[in-house]
Amino acid sequence: MNVMTKTERALEMKDMKISAKNVQVHYGDTHAIKDVSVEIEDKTVTAFIGPSGCGKSTFLRCLNRMNDTIDICRVEGDILLDGEDIYDKRVDPVQLRAKVGMVFQKPNPFPKSIYDNIAYGPRIHGLARNKAELDEIVEKSLRRGAIWDEVKDRLHAPGTGLSGGQQQRLCIARAVATEPEVLLMDEPCSALDPIATAQVEELIDELRQSYSVVIVTHSMQQAARVSQKTAFFHLGNLVEYDDTTKIFTNPEDPRTESYITGRIG
Amino acid sequence: MSDASLQSGPDMGTPSAKSSILQLDQRTKKRNAAEARFRAYGIAAIAVGLVFLVVLISSIIFKGVGAFQQSFITLEVELLESKLDKSGERDIEKIKKVTTFGYNPLIENALKAAMEEAGVENPFTKGKDLRKMLSSGAAADLRRFVIANPDRIGDTVQFRLLASSRVDGYLKGRVTRESLARDKNLTPVHLDVVDQLKDAGVVAKSFNLGFITGADASESRPEQAGIGVSMLGSFYMMLVVLACALPIGVAASIYLEEFAPQNWITDLIEVNISNLAAVPSIVFGILGLAVFIQFAHLPQSAPLVGGLVLTLMTLPTIIISTRASLKSVPPSIREAALGIGASKMQTVFHHVLPLAMPGILTGTIIGLAQALGETAPLLLIGMVGYIASNYPGGIIEGFMSPNSAMPAQIYEWAKRADPAYYERAWGGIIILLVFLMTMNIIAIILRRRFERRW
Amino acid sequence: MSAFWLLMIILALAAVGFILGRSRAISSVQGDRRQLHSLPNYYGFNVAMLAFVPAVLVLGAWVIIQPMMISSQVSTHIPAALYEDAGQLNLIMSDVKRVAEGLDVAIAQGVMSADEVSQLDTETTDVRAMLGNVGVALGSDVDPSVLKAAQEMRAKTTSGNLFMTIVVLIVASAGFVAAMLKTQGEFRARNAVESGVKALLIAAASIAILTTIGIVLSLIFNTITFFGMFPASDFLFGLTWSPEGRGGSEHLGILPLLWGTIYISIVALLVAVPIGLFAAVYLSEYASRATRAFAKPLLEVLAGIPTIVYGLFALTVVGPLLVNFFGADGLGWMQGARSVMTAGLVMGIMLIPFVSSLSDDIINAVPQAMRDGSYGLGATQSETVKQVVLPAALPGIVGAILLAASRAIGETMIVVMGAGAAARLDLNPFEAMTTVTAKIVSQLTGDSDFASPEALVAFALGMTLFLLTLGLNVLALYIVRKYREQYE
Repeated sequence: MNVMTKTERALEMKDMKISAKNVQVHYGDTHAIKDVSVEIEDKTVTAFIGPSGCGKSTFLRCLNRMNDTIDICRVEGDILLDGEDIYDKRVDPVQLRAKVGMVFQKPNPFPKSIYDNIAYGPRIHGLARNKAELDEIVEKSLRRGAIWDEVKDRLHAPGTGLSGGQQQRLCIARAVATEPEVLLMDEPCSALDPIATAQVEELIDELRQSYSVVIVTHSMQQAARVSQKTAFFHLGNLVEYDDTTKIFTNPEDPRTESYITGRIG
Repeated sequence: MSDASLQSGPDMGTPSAKSSILQLDQRTKKRNAAEARFRAYGIAAIAVGLVFLVVLISSIIFKGVGAFQQSFITLEVELLESKLDKSGERDIEKIKKVTTFGYNPLIENALKAAMEEAGVENPFTKGKDLRKMLSSGAAADLRRFVIANPDRIGDTVQFRLLASSRVDGYLKGRVTRESLARDKNLTPVHLDVVDQLKDAGVVAKSFNLGFITGADASESRPEQAGIGVSMLGSFYMMLVVLACALPIGVAASIYLEEFAPQNWITDLIEVNISNLAAVPSIVFGILGLAVFIQFAHLPQSAPLVGGLVLTLMTLPTIIISTRASLKSVPPSIREAALGIGASKMQTVFHHVLPLAMPGILTGTIIGLAQALGETAPLLLIGMVGYIASNYPGGIIEGFMSPNSAMPAQIYEWAKRADPAYYERAWGGIIILLVFLMTMNIIAIILRRRFERRW
Repeated sequence: MSAFWLLMIILALAAVGFILGRSRAISSVQGDRRQLHSLPNYYGFNVAMLAFVPAVLVLGAWVIIQPMMISSQVSTHIPAALYEDAGQLNLIMSDVKRVAEGLDVAIAQGVMSADEVSQLDTETTDVRAMLGNVGVALGSDVDPSVLKAAQEMRAKTTSGNLFMTIVVLIVASAGFVAAMLKTQGEFRARNAVESGVKALLIAAASIAILTTIGIVLSLIFNTITFFGMFPASDFLFGLTWSPEGRGGSEHLGILPLLWGTIYISIVALLVAVPIGLFAAVYLSEYASRATRAFAKPLLEVLAGIPTIVYGLFALTVVGPLLVNFFGADGLGWMQGARSVMTAGLVMGIMLIPFVSSLSDDIINAVPQAMRDGSYGLGATQSETVKQVVLPAALPGIVGAILLAASRAIGETMIVVMGAGAAARLDLNPFEAMTTVTAKIVSQLTGDSDFASPEALVAFALGMTLFLLTLGLNVLALYIVRKYREQYE
């Protein structure tokens, strides 16, 4: 507990984007997330690490209410985005998800052209007034997704025809196109080869300039490479949350140490 | 709410970092309305589908139950010896010589007596007019009774005779005095008599067993028509389908699922099966006509031919469902049997097939149900236009001699001019659907009972 | 000996073979079953199989081929003066067959003896009247050459049957003996039986191919005969259908029928596709488990109802209802209860579950990742469905609609009862029109004989229908399969 209070004190000085307090998640009878509280900073990459089934992805999906699409899932506790409770009755998850975008484990471009993939979000949220604006948004997003140079000549080719790494960067560009404030990434590199992974990691680092990025990963090296803050989950509990360098060099909790040294997980 | 509309201006462009998620912006409201509309379309589509179902079912019941009730006229008929057996010898051959015309006066007398007893005045001068209230088959009923019991001649016997279809229709509300204006079968005067006889209990509606067990009748006697014989025809056809389609279907599926090598012949067979499953049923009728009747000279309208045609039509269904249930038996079972030295054939017949049997039977029953309700191919092999008026004499005759089938009989009734036959057709549909429902329920129970989760 | 009794004899032989084969196998190893290669029953089955199967195959082939051989031999003896072309020869031959059958019946009923039949001639006996008495009605008086041909046919059939009996019995006994000789301890009876069973399985599987061949042949031959009597171009491009007109005024143009078919199918699809598709979307994307468990089977009940029920529903419920609104008392667009609208509406109802369950499967095959991607961007459920799920499922749905269209085109009972009998090229959907299937039924259920163009045209119509639906099915199955592969 001593650790937590110290961390909290340190965090208060920074600009908080999301703060979760005492979050509990139940899947039917399973208690998937047990009393997790965490503060996520703006313009920072936060990594959630932990062994498979520790609840890190589940917790991530709470942050933009993707769990709403699963019938048996129940979420308790408070999650505040800029001080506003995202589970408040008045909140429309649709509007929330425009602000908190998400990138998934497996690249999932829509079976449409590259252009339409990117334009999808802006179109449904009505971000562009005309074709020229939309073109501009698409180009800007593809540039932010670091894929513009590779696809600019074939914007109307199907998105499914790209390679795995390109697809994932396309999906990131697609998420960026709706002007989100937070970007959630659920193991974005697990389906990619090392070269594509390197490209995506580089991109994540750039994205930090404009967004708060939360990334779930099962690779500790990746967490160490891309994140500034790291949270370690174990069996549905948040074990430790601190600066990445601190977690990897001098963890407080013995379980964290066992994990990063490869003894559990 | 007003806040939201004030903020909507800037929100329309880009949702700025300052916009609150607690307030719905204008666009989100619009989108949510579209969402609700879309959802409503879905609900409406399902509702429309279900309404159609309800309308269909209720019109079947509403229009069909009438066929299960029939109006009868109960008469005390004196079987006059002077009319039926002038010689008094009770020689059955001589009694048989008296045609139904000879029985008409007896019926007329009995009717007059019944009316007198009920205190109904007889408005008719001719006995023939009086008899119009009865089915024209009534005399035949009497004659049949007398031939079966010649010793009753001279007695007075109580008969429950079929009322004519117009009288029946009147009691069921189908026939009105207005509708009889141009009808030469019955006059409104008859209906007055019927009203009074009904009060006296001489004319009454009661359960119509004859409809379920009886034979079809000629066009002019809808009150006598029954579905029993064609039910038997359907039964024989289903026997043929079961005896042919089940073994052939199972054998074909076993081959395709367990033994067939991956080559173009197997592909050809599979493509053939999936295409046959979608070939219009009438085409199978053409096949049956050309192959079984024109080429093989099997008898027209015979349940055997109908059964063979329906077998070919049902085979794809049975093969597809059998293959699915064979596929659902896990490979570990096969490996276990092969591992202790069983041959491939023994593995399949001792282990895989018994485990797949519930699924196969379910599929077969559903295939049979589909065959039972099929009409179009039966039309082409001559099962319509044939009046199924006699029960087949024996089993071989049951397969080989012309008969109708339930759906063909229903179609035949629907074609006839007399609207009284519509009621029969709907009644026939109720019986057909009862069979189909029973078969489907058995299939569902089989599936529930024996369904295995591997 | 009749084929039936022959079959019984072979069956009995097989049964005896089973018992003898089994006991011979056991005695060949002095009762020590362990010394047998296979279980004793397999030895029995092997003998039974070899005695039964070849003999039955010979029997079956003989029964099919003999009448064809005999009739072609006999037909060469028909004097050429009696006929001009093959069609007439066919008619004469069917007379010959009928007379021959009649003579058989006469013998069976004891009206005359076999000798008397062979002595029969048209000078002394009125053959037509005589056959009429035994219940075989003939269309005309019997020509002497026809009677002679019939007698020749009977003689050949009798000797053929005798020959068949001998050959089949020889084949059966040969199989029996050969199998018995092989029956010893080391003989691999199980393998022999299993390859026999496998051959049976293959035979069963090839019935699918035989059925298709049967369909194609029966359509092709009769269609060719038809085109021999009626010009193909008049059939394919004729704008009038009026087979009743005798003599030269006969019009058998398929176009009005095709138009009716297509028009009714379009109406049906306009009903079934929106309702079925929306129902499928709602059931797969929105409905709770309970709603789905309740509504899906209920909708599918519509698919299990026989088409005759829909036909009667069209004729006695929907038709009169439409007449109330659009008939003479209402808008005056409709003459009678039967119309394109009546049949189309009812057929649409029938197709709703067909479209909905096919589309349901296809929508469910769209990966969840696709939906998640869309929700993750803040799309509503309907936006996800309209802009991601449906476009992704489009090929599959197109396939489903094509299958439904093929169903609609091939549907018979509803159009026979609900669409009417008049062939028309008209745009008014409240007008009675007729379809290809309805005309197949009416041309083949009448009394016209099978050799006339009025009847044969049904086969040409059947050919058209078969090709049309086959094309649609193959296309649809191909599209659906391609679609499935995309997400596997």
